[in-house]
Amino acid sequence: MSDYRIKGETGEWEVVIGLEVHAQITTNAKLFSGAATAFGAEPNTQVSLVDAAMPGMLPVPNRECIRQAVRTGMAIEAQINTWSRFDRKNYFYADLPQGYQISQLYHPLVGEGSITVEADEKAGIPEPKVIGVERIHVEQDAGKLMHDQHPTMSYVDLNRSGVALMEIVSKPDMRSPAEAGAYVRKLRAILRYVGSCDGNMEEGSMRADVNVSVRKPGDEFGTRTETKNVNSVRFVMAVIEGEAKRQVELIESGGTVVQETRLYDPDRGETRSMRSKEDAHDYRYFPDPDLLPLELDDAFLAECRESLPELPDAKRDRYLALGISPYNADVLTAEVEAARWFDTLLDAGAKPVAAANWVTSELFGALNRMGRDLTDSPVSPQQAAELLGLVADGTISGTIAKTVFEKMLESGDGAGAIVERDGLKQTSDTGAIEAEIAKILTANADKVEQYKGGKEALFGFFVGQTMKAMQGKANPQVVNELLKKALG
Amino acid sequence: MTIDQATVRKIASLARIAISDAEAAAMEGELNGILGWVEQLGEVDVTGVEPMTAVIPNVLRLRDDVIDADPLTGGGRRDDVLANAPAAMHGFFGVPKVIE
Amino acid sequence: MTELTNLTVAQIRDGHRAGDFSAVEVAEAFSANVADAKALNAFIVETPEHALSAAKAADADRAAGTLKPLSGVPIGMKDLFCTHGVQTTAASHMLEGFVPRYESTVSQKLWDAGAGMLGKLNLDQFAMGSSNETSYFGNVISPWKRKDGGNAALAPGGSSGGSSTAIAARLCPAATGTDTGGSIRQPAAFTGISGIKPTYGRCSRWGIVAFASSLDQAGPMARDVRDCAIMLENMAGFDPKDATSLDMAVPNWEAALSSDLKGKTVGIPKEYRLEGIDPDIDAMWDAGIAMLKDAGATVVEISLPHTKYALPAYYIIAPAEASSNLARYDGVRYGLRDLPEGAGLQDMYASTRADGFGAEVKRRIMIGTYVLSAGFYDAYYTQAQKVRTLIARDFEQAFTSCEVILAPTAPSAAFGLGEKMADPLAMYLNDVFAVPASLAGLPAMSVPAALNREGLPLGLQIIGKAFDEQGVLDAGLAIEERAGFTARAEKWW
Repeated sequence: MSDYRIKGETGEWEVVIGLEVHAQITTNAKLFSGAATAFGAEPNTQVSLVDAAMPGMLPVPNRECIRQAVRTGMAIEAQINTWSRFDRKNYFYADLPQGYQISQLYHPLVGEGSITVEADEKAGIPEPKVIGVERIHVEQDAGKLMHDQHPTMSYVDLNRSGVALMEIVSKPDMRSPAEAGAYVRKLRAILRYVGSCDGNMEEGSMRADVNVSVRKPGDEFGTRTETKNVNSVRFVMAVIEGEAKRQVELIESGGTVVQETRLYDPDRGETRSMRSKEDAHDYRYFPDPDLLPLELDDAFLAECRESLPELPDAKRDRYLALGISPYNADVLTAEVEAARWFDTLLDAGAKPVAAANWVTSELFGALNRMGRDLTDSPVSPQQAAELLGLVADGTISGTIAKTVFEKMLESGDGAGAIVERDGLKQTSDTGAIEAEIAKILTANADKVEQYKGGKEALFGFFVGQTMKAMQGKANPQVVNELLKKALG
Repeated sequence: MTIDQATVRKIASLARIAISDAEAAAMEGELNGILGWVEQLGEVDVTGVEPMTAVIPNVLRLRDDVIDADPLTGGGRRDDVLANAPAAMHGFFGVPKVIE
Repeated sequence: MTELTNLTVAQIRDGHRAGDFSAVEVAEAFSANVADAKALNAFIVETPEHALSAAKAADADRAAGTLKPLSGVPIGMKDLFCTHGVQTTAASHMLEGFVPRYESTVSQKLWDAGAGMLGKLNLDQFAMGSSNETSYFGNVISPWKRKDGGNAALAPGGSSGGSSTAIAARLCPAATGTDTGGSIRQPAAFTGISGIKPTYGRCSRWGIVAFASSLDQAGPMARDVRDCAIMLENMAGFDPKDATSLDMAVPNWEAALSSDLKGKTVGIPKEYRLEGIDPDIDAMWDAGIAMLKDAGATVVEISLPHTKYALPAYYIIAPAEASSNLARYDGVRYGLRDLPEGAGLQDMYASTRADGFGAEVKRRIMIGTYVLSAGFYDAYYTQAQKVRTLIARDFEQAFTSCEVILAPTAPSAAFGLGEKMADPLAMYLNDVFAVPASLAGLPAMSVPAALNREGLPLGLQIIGKAFDEQGVLDAGLAIEERAGFTARAEKWW
């Protein structure tokens, strides 16, 4: 249970959060037309006669949109409704050419499912928490209005009009900004694993409507407000924090929370009521008579299921079973690219635990320094496997491996070639090592005395000196053994 | 169920049709006449009857995810899309400034 | 030589093919009639150049031996079909000046078949009306007059009133119509011509200005049954752009026409015998029954128990769909924009829509908005869709004991312009016999069967099973052959 509380003058308040996440379905064409969906095109160049709602135009659904929504539903183990319908949500706005949005109210494509967020002690999530998903339905996106191009006019760009969205509606199961943040991140990871949404919040392909209410612990739910189109995890958390505080202050000063739509202003870090949506909402939903009921057959469902990849939870469990630490398993499964990269590394023969440590420290560290991410890593999983293999079979030491990796990053050459070229192979030649040890013990007779007198910590010093003398190429285990022998 | 002029105005507002008081008054009578007449449907016993979803048995066909496969339902025709616009400006549709 | 404008579609096609006349002669003859008939107000836009260019192509095709099914046939196009480069208004002020950059599927099919366009035909605004009195471009006047010595202007029926008048007055041999609740059949009956609404989904709705999506269906209007078959063959067909389009082959209806009804059973719905109906209508119906018996059919009484609820259900469903379908007319992307000084977006909508829509359109949008609004949806809309299910079931049940159903098309002959405009309900009731088949999506046609005592045409309606346009056309042909309806309006315009 979350112990996140807002401290008010009348006591502590609990915050109740539900999220409606709009995720743009990754497709070539729009939900009901053949126009392209690519981001950033010239205004109104990706608009068909259908998207502009010219007279007599009709919608025909894109199979891929349905398929991706079904696969997403399966990924959260949700009920898939083999009979669903599209409904019209009627309202007037300049970004809505038809005067209605084709959506699904009465019979959504996907029913109840759930998403588990991992424990995160530091964030106040002491144990994994299951967040219920109420439904996923498919609907059209609206166009875009630009207000700053002309003194008295707004400009309408319909490129987004008709792009397919999944609306993923959570239950009001979250109780803290951290839980909401973790939910959005986990959902985003799942969508990206499934490939149904690129999760790019900056480009608006994922955004959340944040429903917030407050109550005294144990009381009924309070009146909620809905803050629209919040487009980052950080903002989602900020909206919840700010909105919960605002509501508590409002109630404690004798006011009442009004059920309303609000807008988040990231510059001021606060929400405000949306004037343009003040209209009493009466959307007059009814089944879209241009479309028949959507019926899915077994073959369609089977393909959806069979094409699903291993999902984050299953992957994490598998990594844990391989002995990888929970922290590393979390890090490696959080992003689908990292997980895919790591799986390729394992497939190339790398030992799981060592590989996980190396990826999360060495590789991520290097990428971080270079300002790159895994998708444009200069080292491929196959090259990394070769490097890790050289460490595993004793050809090079861990220390030398760092050097080799640096050289790999610089030159793009393979680890084996670098080791060969630069003579970095580890040696177990006891004669050579013993000769160096003898020199070192002679040169540091005082320290040998101290060691023998009980200052055992000096053993590390001798190891270091030996390794240095051997230019790092000595097998550390052999050095240890020979040193112990020499020091008696 | 009868509707009054306030309701007439509310519906007109939902439908975005400006009406004068005289029109509201006239519509009140007309709409009540029509609604009173359609209310006879309430007599029909519809127990266990599903609302009609498809008038002729037919399945909803789905389209392949291909861009501009048919120019009639594809994009890339901005001139056609804007050709009849009352205010086409720099490739956009112009509308009176909206405050969000 | 017979006057070219008296020829049917089949006669023009065959005569042109045989070289009896050129397509250009035909196009010019009809265009002349169109130009000479302004008093009827059947056309909103005349396009003689379109007809002429198609005619020239037809003549060239004949020379080249590449004739198409409708080569040489000029037709009228209801102004609800979007036509590329030609103003398309749905008879509204809202779309005045709207010039589509696309062609409706049905009109494209007709042009591809070689037909030419004489012009865009007047109609009730957004196809909402039964008398063609709701057009922003003025009433269409029926060519028919009562033989009572008076000179009352009569309604050509609606909403396809421009189509019915143009055909009856020999301004075109055939025309397109659309039928949502009788808009092909009732005007056909009022003007002594034929018209068929096919099974819902036969003709693509793509590019037809929508009224009520679950009911709208295009179909042909022409002078006789054969012409309807020819036209329908060239209008129907699967269209991937319309999700409700039927993915079925188009039969060769014309080739299969047969008026021999031996072995067929015709149902007579007892609920269509209305109290106090015009005796001329009843007499025509009885005569029709006799004709079908004469053609070899067995006649049985059937029951369609929910008939009386069809019209009220229709007047919930159609306005509900229309209120949403017409939301796109907002002054942003095309059509009228009325932007009062200093008005905001929402004011612009309200002002544009107040100005752009006529009274009947507004009335239906208001009804539709109301029946879908919060708290009323189930009581009105859901209930109406359930009743619609029952109405469809009535037909299914009836068709277990017959192949086609015979009934009057309308409860009266053409009424005078203005006679019913004051009372919307009285106007709606004129579609009482037409609406049930629309709600059930069934093919239905009207054929002229008799003149009433005022000398005005009356139509008989044949309703068939889903997909059985052939059965409907065959029964229509059997009546046509026996009714011997040759009356035509005397030219006064």
